[in-house]
Amino acid sequence: MAIEIEKSIVGLSKIANSNTHGEDSPYFSGWKAYDEDPFDELHNPCGVIQMGLAENQVSFDLVEEYLEKNGEAINYGSSGFSSFKENALFQDYHGLFNFRKAMANFMEKIRGGRAKFNPDRVVITAGATAANELLTFILADPGDALLVPTPYYPGFDRDLRWRTGVKIIPIHCESSNNFQVTPQALELAYEEANSKKIKVRGILITNPSNPLGATIQRSNLEEILDFAVRKNIHLVSDEIYSGSAFCSSEFVSIAEVLDSRKYVDSERVHIVYSLSKDLGLPGFRVGTIYSFNDLVVTTARRMSSFTLISSQTQHLLAHMLSDEDFTGNYIKTNRDRLKRRYEMIVDGLKRSGIECLKGNAGLFCWMNLSQLLEKSTMECELKLWNKILCEVKLNISPGSSCHCSEPGHGLPIDFLPASRLPLTLLGLMASKLQQLQSKACQASQFLSKHGTTYYKQLLEQNKQYIVEPPTVEKCNELSKQLLYTRLASIPGRYESFWKEVDAVKHIWRNRKELKVEDAGIVALFGLECFAWYCAGEIVGRGFTFTGYYV
Amino acid sequence: MKMLSEKATCNSHGQDSSYFLGWQEYEKNPYDEIQNPKGIIQMGLAENQLSFDLLESWLAQNPDAAGFKRNGESIFRELALFQDYHGLPAFKNAMTKFMSEIRGNKVSFDSNKLVLTAGATSANETLMFCLADQGDAFLLPTPYYPGFDRDLKWRTGAEIVPIHCESSNGFRITKSALEEAYLDAKKRNLRVKGVLVTNPSNPLGTTLSRKELELLLTFVDAKGIHLISDEIYSGTVFNSPNFVSVMEVLIEKNYMKTDVWERVHIVYSLSKDLGLPGFRIGAIYSNDEMVVSAATKMSSFGLVSSQTQYLLSCMLSDKKFTKKYLSENQKRLKKRHAMIVKGLQNAGINCLESNAGLFCWVDMRHLLSSNTFDAEMDLWKKIVYDVGLNISPGSSCHCSEPGWFRACFANMSEDTLNLAMRRIKDFVKSTATNDINEISHQNQQQTNANSKKKAFSKWVFRLSFNDRQRER
Repeated sequence: MAIEIEKSIVGLSKIANSNTHGEDSPYFSGWKAYDEDPFDELHNPCGVIQMGLAENQVSFDLVEEYLEKNGEAINYGSSGFSSFKENALFQDYHGLFNFRKAMANFMEKIRGGRAKFNPDRVVITAGATAANELLTFILADPGDALLVPTPYYPGFDRDLRWRTGVKIIPIHCESSNNFQVTPQALELAYEEANSKKIKVRGILITNPSNPLGATIQRSNLEEILDFAVRKNIHLVSDEIYSGSAFCSSEFVSIAEVLDSRKYVDSERVHIVYSLSKDLGLPGFRVGTIYSFNDLVVTTARRMSSFTLISSQTQHLLAHMLSDEDFTGNYIKTNRDRLKRRYEMIVDGLKRSGIECLKGNAGLFCWMNLSQLLEKSTMECELKLWNKILCEVKLNISPGSSCHCSEPGHGLPIDFLPASRLPLTLLGLMASKLQQLQSKACQASQFLSKHGTTYYKQLLEQNKQYIVEPPTVEKCNELSKQLLYTRLASIPGRYESFWKEVDAVKHIWRNRKELKVEDAGIVALFGLECFAWYCAGEIVGRGFTFTGYYV
Repeated sequence: MKMLSEKATCNSHGQDSSYFLGWQEYEKNPYDEIQNPKGIIQMGLAENQLSFDLLESWLAQNPDAAGFKRNGESIFRELALFQDYHGLPAFKNAMTKFMSEIRGNKVSFDSNKLVLTAGATSANETLMFCLADQGDAFLLPTPYYPGFDRDLKWRTGAEIVPIHCESSNGFRITKSALEEAYLDAKKRNLRVKGVLVTNPSNPLGTTLSRKELELLLTFVDAKGIHLISDEIYSGTVFNSPNFVSVMEVLIEKNYMKTDVWERVHIVYSLSKDLGLPGFRIGAIYSNDEMVVSAATKMSSFGLVSSQTQYLLSCMLSDKKFTKKYLSENQKRLKKRHAMIVKGLQNAGINCLESNAGLFCWVDMRHLLSSNTFDAEMDLWKKIVYDVGLNISPGSSCHCSEPGWFRACFANMSEDTLNLAMRRIKDFVKSTATNDINEISHQNQQQTNANSKKKAFSKWVFRLSFNDRQRER
């Protein structure tokens, strides 16, 4: 068979071939399971309930009401700023001024006016996903690292690393102090980077935290900022859940800390914001970078050419967010509703004996299921997660996908979609979890009881093979006996092998006298050998009949 | 300590090039019919402003599309939550059918092979991330869109190696130019991953001929590399020859069962054909599953707003509208094009013969003081500051011959265009007169100054007309 000389064909890039996009992680495979069998109250009541998607659906009515009353946000006037033509042509990467102004005002309102935002420092991006990647491109070179406290949003693995070539070094946080970032943990992470000769360019924190659902305390923020100043690195504060803090005063933005320090050292601080969580508009792709560093603002603006917000959407939001009545009412109502939902789920889980981390923000709670694990390992956590997905039919995200260093100590469970269901269904879910817990207990009890009886029976039946005394030394001796006896049998086997070969030779020499049946057997054997050979060829060629594919 | 990354501090963003500087000058002193009649007229921005009335009337008749309603029912929630990077299926279907329609339905597109991105800028960069590693190169025919320097190179770390095209054959791509570029890349130790062409071309305004497309396919087949065809101006072809997409040639020449089929990728956008650059609607189309898969994941970094996807899915599904729009838009572009060509000819300036796009490739070589790029810059500065027209110099498009400029004609009213033509005519006249003044100083006295000057200037004019080569 001639071997063809394959001309070399360029494939795809390393980035395209890598799996740093992270879509093979359980976080995403749970989504896939949900897509294949989604819960529906009427049509598919046994389907998977999606509790792994942090979406805010509680306050849509407020937005819809606004749109009903304010048609000019979606329609256009005939001239001037609000004409369709002007809007459709507007591709300036500075973004619509009115939109930036409205965003800056909205961000101020969320922080209760405790920090001021300048519209000229607002850079627009198509979602926070783009904002985080963009900032990483600007602040770090390939091979450098960002320090990120664990547990963190699984998407960061893709957003911060995939195309940028930047690494994430985790800042390990523990349940013993409610997963707060400590100066020691910061130092440890920094040292880890140093020992691997990796340059640290910045810290990225999410405040309020995803997946913990808790705000970072002021003193903690001060410590983190001090650390950044000491090491002369950047600090990125992803504040996309700032409007989802249940109580305004409990959320402290890094901007407030800077304000109290009169903006000293502020050129290393950058804030990421988005309307996907607070306003529940992930489809509209509205993200921003707010930086206190002029060069970062200029560069980010230029880079935002790759990821601008549709001017149609900017137009809509410029109107909506400039409406003081709407924004004031929305922020307050949204907070109240989220708080109520949170309390509902935490109560429900408590009644099933499941504790959550005390949270005060976000669209999810951080559940502790460590008592359901057979062993405190990541494998057991994944096993449990799989069971919850396939048997209990809930898609929740395992803590390991968020890089939590303690198995079972946290599974983020997004409570918003669940709360669209009536309370009875929620109760059903809670009872299912309880069932699971008791089943796990029963299974281990069964195993322990019946296992012992079976063991005793087995030994009784085979007692003639037991060599006394059954000690470890005896077992070692026996295994040595086995090994050397086998070795000694080799010459004998060698002899019998050659006898076999001689027999075959003899048959071949006298093949004319071969009986038909024997000949048939030989022929079949030959065919079988050939078939195996063909199979090997096909496999070696990459499961095709023609050509060699590398 | 260096605080920002290499990417942030280098200038691969290309914003220091004259292409962008001209914009900045325009921003400082923009022309306005009433408020600033002496300001700079923007002719450096390839926008299509000719057919907004058609869009606006469609919007007025179909308020549901912008109003988040489907058959009168509100679908606001559904759209607000829709962030699936696979894109709104209705929109992708409408896009692929629209793309087919532009190609005279000679090609059909599968919406599963379409990836949506926030504009063609994002599409080109995303394709680069998928196909090229840091330090790999793509070959591009010159002159090319100045933005490519940023889009293809900045964050990806890829390189562009030019395929030099010349005015002697109307800037067509030749086999020798392709081979030369390939060798050039090899000499620079760059691995060539593919060729990127813009068809119809920016800044030339011409469509690639069938012969050029076949040549390109043969070339990428032989070298085993990719071919990206940026077809964002495909709907702006207003004259024959008709637009031939690379997809059409692939099918005609039976490349469908070969590996080349999977190495050809198309970039599209609605920014030029529909005049909606603000809405950020771009797309990548590829027959390679892996490219589609990787690009889809990457599109997370630049998705199209679902609000906009829905509006456009309604608009493009309206077959009556798209048919009317495409034909009317082409008519208007043709008219405008004829206007600018005539206006320039009146000033004694020729353009490359073109049949598409929103601009002309203008030959001002005869106005250069010397055949150098410095002279081109001088001329450009004069045109921006003295004449008050922001046009793009050929050097910003990496043209290998000085003296060519790109002038856009579809982003202003007819009156403004006429004014621009008058200004340039005056400028050319005054340049000719200045030249003559110098000559007359050099030759001694001119007694009968006026009449002799006139005769002399006419003679000079005629000379320069004859010297210039007639372009295709």
